[in-house]
Amino acid sequence: MNSKNYETVIGLEVHAQLLTETKIFCSCKPEFGADPNTRVCPVCIGLPGALPVLNRESVTMAIMMGLALECDIAAVSEFSRKNYFYPDCPKNYQISMYDKPLCKNGFVEIETDAGPRTIRVERIHLEDDAGKMSHEAGKDSLVDFNRCGVPLIEIVSRPDIRTGHEAVKYLMRVQQILRYLGICDGNLEEGSMRCDVNISLRPAGSTELGTKTEIKNLNSFKAIEKGVEFEVERQRGVIEEGGRVKQVTNLWDAGSGRLVMMRSKEEAHDYRYFPEPDLLPLEVDEEWIAGVRDMIPELPLEKERRFREEYLLSNYDSGVLCAEKSIADYFEIVAESTGLAKKSANWVMREIMGALKNLGCAIKDFPVEPEKIAGLIVLVEDGIISGSAGQDVFAEMIKSGADPKEVVKELGLEQISDSNELEDMVDGIIAAHPEEGERYREGKKNLLGFFVGQVMKESRGKANPELARNIFIKKLGG
Amino acid sequence: MELNKKSISELKELYSNGSVKPSEVVRACLDAISNKDTEIGAFLEVMPEDVLRRARELEKESPEEMPLYGIPIAVKDNICTIGSRTTCASKILEGYVPPYNATVVERLLDAGAIIIGKTNMDEFAMGSSTENSAYQITKNPWNMEFAPGGSSGGSAAAVAASMVPVALGSDTGGSIRQPASLCGVVGLKGTYGRVSRYGLVAFASSLDQIGPITRTVDDSAIVMNVISGRDPFDATTIPDEPGDFRAGLGRGVEQLKIAVPVDLERWDIDAELKDILKDTIEKLEEAGAKIEPVNFPDMDASIACYYVIANAEASSNLARYDGVKYAFRAEAETLDEMYERTRGEGFGDEVKRRILLGTYVLSAGYYDAYYNKAQQVRAMICSRFEAIFSANDLVMLPTVPGPSFRLGERIDNPIEMYLSDIFTTPANIAGIPAISVPAGLTRKGLPLGIQLMAGYTQEEKLLQGAAMLEKIYKFNKG
Repeated sequence: MNSKNYETVIGLEVHAQLLTETKIFCSCKPEFGADPNTRVCPVCIGLPGALPVLNRESVTMAIMMGLALECDIAAVSEFSRKNYFYPDCPKNYQISMYDKPLCKNGFVEIETDAGPRTIRVERIHLEDDAGKMSHEAGKDSLVDFNRCGVPLIEIVSRPDIRTGHEAVKYLMRVQQILRYLGICDGNLEEGSMRCDVNISLRPAGSTELGTKTEIKNLNSFKAIEKGVEFEVERQRGVIEEGGRVKQVTNLWDAGSGRLVMMRSKEEAHDYRYFPEPDLLPLEVDEEWIAGVRDMIPELPLEKERRFREEYLLSNYDSGVLCAEKSIADYFEIVAESTGLAKKSANWVMREIMGALKNLGCAIKDFPVEPEKIAGLIVLVEDGIISGSAGQDVFAEMIKSGADPKEVVKELGLEQISDSNELEDMVDGIIAAHPEEGERYREGKKNLLGFFVGQVMKESRGKANPELARNIFIKKLGG
Repeated sequence: MELNKKSISELKELYSNGSVKPSEVVRACLDAISNKDTEIGAFLEVMPEDVLRRARELEKESPEEMPLYGIPIAVKDNICTIGSRTTCASKILEGYVPPYNATVVERLLDAGAIIIGKTNMDEFAMGSSTENSAYQITKNPWNMEFAPGGSSGGSAAAVAASMVPVALGSDTGGSIRQPASLCGVVGLKGTYGRVSRYGLVAFASSLDQIGPITRTVDDSAIVMNVISGRDPFDATTIPDEPGDFRAGLGRGVEQLKIAVPVDLERWDIDAELKDILKDTIEKLEEAGAKIEPVNFPDMDASIACYYVIANAEASSNLARYDGVKYAFRAEAETLDEMYERTRGEGFGDEVKRRILLGTYVLSAGYYDAYYNKAQQVRAMICSRFEAIFSANDLVMLPTVPGPSFRLGERIDNPIEMYLSDIFTTPANIAGIPAISVPAGLTRKGLPLGIQLMAGYTQEEKLLQGAAMLEKIYKFNKG
């Protein structure tokens, strides 16, 4: 069988840590990077006799994500115990949702190189996070329970994804929505968002699913794309050699760029799920859902659409600006104050985003307020300063955070747009360069650039080049 | 004046008229413990210095504002107490000292009670004789060759031998009522959710309830008034505040409808106990109660259902004892070996038996046949009780089919031991309140008990009926 005749089938399980004030079943306040085992209590480390009590804020956040992905919200859902032994799980069971999840049947819209796609979401459920193990060769293993009980939502997609590229696009969209909602910081490297990938191959045109394998420990977009690629090739190799793909769980080893087998089907856990008797069934009424609906901000796709319509921006520009809500908000303030949408978009996408990259900071920590950037854009557009002077002013504003007008004054960058002043300068330059003037008049029209350069030099860049150019044309004649 | 033999209500009276001080009462109880407990073995731990210090501190307070001012109380060793060991009579929790108090302990302390020590029990409350303790045997104060019952055997023996006026027990399938019956004291299990389980080391979460073991019905009501009520740390507590549990005492039984199962013949009930039951029915009718014969066909199903659900939950609840975090650990080379050896050496045979059974009934392929079926049976039993209580106020039947048995007699026959719970498990399965009242002695001098059950949250009626039984039997060892 030709290798082109396979279709890749991918489903993703995304775990997102919710930014609740307190943990899901106790009142500990989680804090990333706190000293080990200092953000714990009898409940989250499962001491004998301790009981879980559900944090309603975590339910509200899970419902937010459910509504954002157009899910049905269950009037009654149920927590179950998932039983397995591992030292990072202090009760040796996780409190999760099994056959009665909170949210069902949603979807995520993505843009791929091949056009838009809709990826269905099977379910979103709530559960508690486990602790973190650290192992050092030859020494004892250590466990930090600080992360135990941090609320997670697990977002399970349908097997609708076909390529590693689509998987990444899906994840980016999910991450973007989580961040828009402000319910998860979506950091793959720090693990506040984690992704497991299920992959199988099948002959093109087949509707049956092949045997799937799972990849865990994918902690960057690059790892996901590479991990998927690696696994697809591996499975294809197995099938083409006449073998059968075995149901396994693999770990991605970013160091070697390879998959390492974690467990086979035979070693798979029987989780012995049963309803969590310490918690009542979770009832969510219409009022709760309506309240959550009111909390949902404009989501990325709506915002992009509005940017296209309201600001007449291209698909590309609105996509870039809306990637992060805080950038989009920044842009909107700039655009509103200048009244110049496209110019504002260019400034934000080039100068501001470039500066953010250089500074390595987020827009919320950017030292220049959007109103001041708007002022700078207006100065350039009104010809008060030249475009290149604008760059200098911008650089100064990043350093000092000062008002653009003050910077212009301080640096003496105000553009010379006074015709009389410029005419005097032009006369002087023509007089000093008679040979060039002669050649220009003989048809060497590109010497105009030389003359404009001279005036810029003499004015130390302050001359309005457009105006100077016109004066030269007039005076040199020919 | 033997202060250790006084009831709570008598002690309250003595305190309010100023004729005794807490330290005198506590000393009398400590003396009784040192005189008798070497032989009986009710206590796993007593801390005389702490107890006397607390008594003297209380002497600075006024008795009027504290409903349990100066009342010494023993606590079953599966209820967490800060600073004193809480082992559940298991080797696996050897030396474990919890960092927090159970809610009931907090409430007792706030009410002025003095916790005098921790009582012996069947390991993790699994058993009906207290012989499954990893630490010691407890003897029946009425005859030292006989078992005190279980699993709250230490608590029942301590109260029966007048070492304390009251002890807390826990009742998952009869573990308060059965030893109360075998030791000739009053044992009450409230409606499921009436008393907080926070800090009660879980055996079977959907069945466990803490309750008092006392020498009088009134004392039982006094303690329930203190320990009952909604607890924000236990999501399964009943949200409505209970009324005064003493309200129905002395009201008599006129017009009360008491259902008695007609088919008690099916079980091998002790002949003397049958006579008592017959006599009780006559006396209740004389007192104005209406005795209604009812069919109770689900009694057998109840015990089967109980052993599936309780063990399923236990298998998960006891998973946390793995040697990783606290108490007993068997050192080993690998993680799995450490788990296996810790649990292999740390748990006793009965606990292992139940964990295995519970794991089995939750396993893939067996879940529907066992766990799910048991849940259906549970729902059926609940509706059967609802029907009975829609037409009757109380159900009356023996607590246990007969008196106590010799130590060692049943320990090798788990099924026979399980069947002694036949009349007690239905109340746990249905979550309804039930009480065992001492009804007299066999010719050989062993106590017998009669049990009352009431509808959901109907403790007031339950205690009303129990007070009448107490009056009929005039049983108080003193």
